[in-house]
Amino acid sequence: MLRNERNFGSPRDRVDGRAKVTGAAQYAAEFNAPDLLHGYVVSSTIAKGRITSIDTQKALDVPGVLKVFTHDNRPATAWFSSSYQDEVAPPGTPFRPLYDEQIYYSGQPIALVVAESFDVARYAASLVEATYEAGAHETDLKLARAAAYVPPKKRQGMKPPASKGDAMAAYAKAPLRIANDYSIANEHHNPMEPHASTVIFEAGGKLTIHDKIQGVMNTQSYVSGVFGLPASDIHVVSPFVGGGFGSGLRPQYQLFLAVMAALDLKRSVRVEMTRDQMFTFTHRPETINTVLLGADKTGRLSALRHQAVAVTSRFEDYQEVVVNWSGILYDAENKQFDYRIAKVDTYTPGDMRAPGAPLGTFAIESAMDELAYAGNIDPLELRLRNYSTRDETTNKEFTSKELRACFQLGAEKFGWSRRSPAPRSMREGRELIGWGMASGCWEAQFSKTSAKAVLTSDGRLEVGTATADIGTGTYTILTQIGADALGLDMEQVTAKLADTTLPKSPVEGGSWTAASAGTAVQMACEALKKTLLQEAQKIEGSPLADAKYEDVVFANGRIAMADDAGRSLDLSDVVRHSGQSEIEEQATAQPDSKVQAQYAAYTHSAVFVEVRVDEQLGLVRIPRIVNAVAAGRIINPKTARSQVTGGTVWGIGMALHEESLTDHNLGRFMNHNLAEYHVPANADIYDIDVIFVPEEDDKVSPIGVKGLGEIGIVATPAAIANAIFHATGKRIRELPITIDKVLREAA
Amino acid sequence: MNRFSYLRASDVGEVVSALKDAPAAKIIAGGTNLVDLMKYNVERPERLIDITHVEALQEIIEGENGSLRIGALVSNSALAYDARVTERFPLLSSALLAGATPQLRNAATVGGNINQRTRCYYFYDAGTPCNKREPGTGCPAKTGLNRIHAILGQSEACIATHPSDMCVAMAALEAVVHVTGPDGERDIPFADYHRLPGDTPQKDNTLLDGEVVTGITLPASSTQFSANYTYLKLRDRLSYAFALVSVAVALEKEGDTVKRARIALGGVAHKPWRRAEAEALFEGKAADSGLFARVADALIDGARGYEHNAFKIRMAREAIIRALEQASAGTPQSNIDKHIV
Repeated sequence: MLRNERNFGSPRDRVDGRAKVTGAAQYAAEFNAPDLLHGYVVSSTIAKGRITSIDTQKALDVPGVLKVFTHDNRPATAWFSSSYQDEVAPPGTPFRPLYDEQIYYSGQPIALVVAESFDVARYAASLVEATYEAGAHETDLKLARAAAYVPPKKRQGMKPPASKGDAMAAYAKAPLRIANDYSIANEHHNPMEPHASTVIFEAGGKLTIHDKIQGVMNTQSYVSGVFGLPASDIHVVSPFVGGGFGSGLRPQYQLFLAVMAALDLKRSVRVEMTRDQMFTFTHRPETINTVLLGADKTGRLSALRHQAVAVTSRFEDYQEVVVNWSGILYDAENKQFDYRIAKVDTYTPGDMRAPGAPLGTFAIESAMDELAYAGNIDPLELRLRNYSTRDETTNKEFTSKELRACFQLGAEKFGWSRRSPAPRSMREGRELIGWGMASGCWEAQFSKTSAKAVLTSDGRLEVGTATADIGTGTYTILTQIGADALGLDMEQVTAKLADTTLPKSPVEGGSWTAASAGTAVQMACEALKKTLLQEAQKIEGSPLADAKYEDVVFANGRIAMADDAGRSLDLSDVVRHSGQSEIEEQATAQPDSKVQAQYAAYTHSAVFVEVRVDEQLGLVRIPRIVNAVAAGRIINPKTARSQVTGGTVWGIGMALHEESLTDHNLGRFMNHNLAEYHVPANADIYDIDVIFVPEEDDKVSPIGVKGLGEIGIVATPAAIANAIFHATGKRIRELPITIDKVLREAA
Repeated sequence: MNRFSYLRASDVGEVVSALKDAPAAKIIAGGTNLVDLMKYNVERPERLIDITHVEALQEIIEGENGSLRIGALVSNSALAYDARVTERFPLLSSALLAGATPQLRNAATVGGNINQRTRCYYFYDAGTPCNKREPGTGCPAKTGLNRIHAILGQSEACIATHPSDMCVAMAALEAVVHVTGPDGERDIPFADYHRLPGDTPQKDNTLLDGEVVTGITLPASSTQFSANYTYLKLRDRLSYAFALVSVAVALEKEGDTVKRARIALGGVAHKPWRRAEAEALFEGKAADSGLFARVADALIDGARGYEHNAFKIRMAREAIIRALEQASAGTPQSNIDKHIV
């Protein structure tokens, strides 16, 4: 049957856009229930030690306060720490809120005040007094790294790349050599919507939970495991997520506290985090890379060693892919990789947009830039000379790799050929101009996902899967795929997401949702169409009685013979004649294990940046960026562009602004608000040009889609740092590149 | 946030008597700083006196020879875009527009702006010690995170800075603060309004108990600075960030020579930083780069940095020189085009 692609590949407005801008879209803290109670969290002020006493009487005396939960009086929950594991938990012992008197990090929740109103709860929380016996804490990676270790148990999906040859020996002999450290600060996700859970206590003790989460199934299984409830008693509905970026992959402590209070008080409870408390759970881990490169005089790599050490918590071994990217982007005869983690007294770090990738890529792509200058080779040319044609880290062919096209189209658009090679050689007025570039990749993943497709008697299609739309456009692309499959207008299609009654899906993350959920919806629609044809053929005197599936088309709300449009039936008539109110089919999309065994799948990008640097004042502006991306087929160029633009902006933030400042004396993040934790403001963003290079890939996923939530950020920080070097001749190897660093390096 | 009682005052007399009745009361107008501080439990007023309905404080009144008396309730936006201000005191307009965001400027008032509190991380975090918030508990900033802290005029007790942009321009323009208290009205020269921390960092200014700021006068003499001025603000991002260093320059030139110069720095001290001896270097001399450098050196002489903010000394010097160049050339820094010329 011919593939109808009226919507696939075309720019389409967000189907949920109107609901979002008019306030009709409901977020976790916006659901209400009769007699809803409000919980407010009290946070620890020390980083390590134990609570010696906690006085809640003054809080309890406030009219309207129902209960103050602490480790002293909390209800019993699951005994084994393994019951607190969630779908994406790293190896270790998950944090258990209010478990006992131990303090593991500054900002740890130590009490929950539950009251009839938010304001009363907040006031009463200020009256809770804790006394502590403080222990000696460590939050500084520079000191903690002395005890860094290779994580004994690998996080699911972690594939340490194999070393080959003798990198150090090859390095020692290489005519061109680079060896440096590259570090990236801790960062917090700070989605616009703070984390919140509204737990509605239903008749019979069942719970309906509206949670800020990137996967409702994860919330359901976590609550089931911790509180011993059957999954059937836990209905999680989170239709809108106001940004996740990874912070909503794991259930966070406000969920635990809200469920605990609801079950104990047998009332509906909401717990919202304050913006300050958004700095009291997961974050991107501070990471120090060490990269050694050895190359011949033409820049051809003979030695590549990439080591990294990153922070984790005392209780879990968080891990992310940091060093692999070097080996995927470049081939060298001799390679060595090493990834370690070091324990500090903070909460467990977690996945944050393209976890690990911009950190390792900042290191390798800065080092490659340094090698380019050392060898007097154009940075783009150097990358072409070392271009990998297969993934040597896993010894697999790529399903597709159009990075060369990214280089070519990006460079053309940017005007790279007009670059003057020497640092400090371009200037306008008081500003030095720098042109830098970098490349990057992100794994194109595919996860087992189920979906349903339902045709109702009024001829409307509903497609659904439990995954989330965290702002990426999932509702829209699934509507496009459904509409194309059934030959309907998008207005006749509704996408349903983020409800545990829908077919199962993993968390929304890793850029796998478009490919996985998209394929599942496509498959469910195909199954639905076959059923519809069968039902159509049951109709007495059906004009399609002898039609084969291959011979019909679905268009304009009808099934018709492809070669004879006159022989057709209205879809709503087919449903009516079936005797059912609607016809539903489900399907499950799974990765093809044979393809996965043979091929490695990645999205790629090439980023070109112009910076302007006022050297005297230390100021950096970024007037333009070209980000050229190869990500398979693009379902919706409009939402896709938003994704890559957003990632690029975040890359600017990582390069110039973002840093969770730690007072190591106190063991505490101190800039815990959006006035002092800087992300780029509108004024910092000038022109960002996104190019999608054509990339056909029939192996990566049945719909040829790779996903692109992450790739936008990956190479951007490195390209900016490289542009700053080109402008100033100063190589800054610590992100963010704040004014003081630009001035310091100039001294 | 604690519980508080609320009073809506209708005139200044009522504000003063309400302050007398409840010494721990706080005056609220735009609330852009106070409400945050209450949410953080940094300010815990037992009573809020809402002055937003006091008619007498809403206006900008023409004085003699072009001077303007600005009511304490005039919003930052209204003041920045007032035609008399943009014409006669463009430095003030520029400084206002360099601060905060349009939404905040619409709500924030002149009286609130001069009384806003430091942005020191520790002051805002009731889970940490802070001499300004809780006298005697110590200053963790000195050995902790001090990147945004003072390099001039700080004390052992406190190294916080005053965060306002508007006040830096007001200092350079030699404005006068009008206050009313139990003993009647008095005027405070702008330079004497804010204070250095010394041993009592809890006190940001010289306002006495029971006094309320009613307005600020921009003097006629400062209209002479309308041709040669600039407000140059250096910050970690190009909008919505407090100054690491800011410089307000007001020059009165006659040909190439400078008759009168007023220079104030923001982001470097507990108050807008001026030094008469630095300004005096200018007077009657031709404006040139050598002079600019000497003025800069005199203005920041004795500056002392900490682990993370030592860069501000050099940055301040460069910023002063650049701002003097801008003002002298009559090419003030634009707040729309963030490109610094």
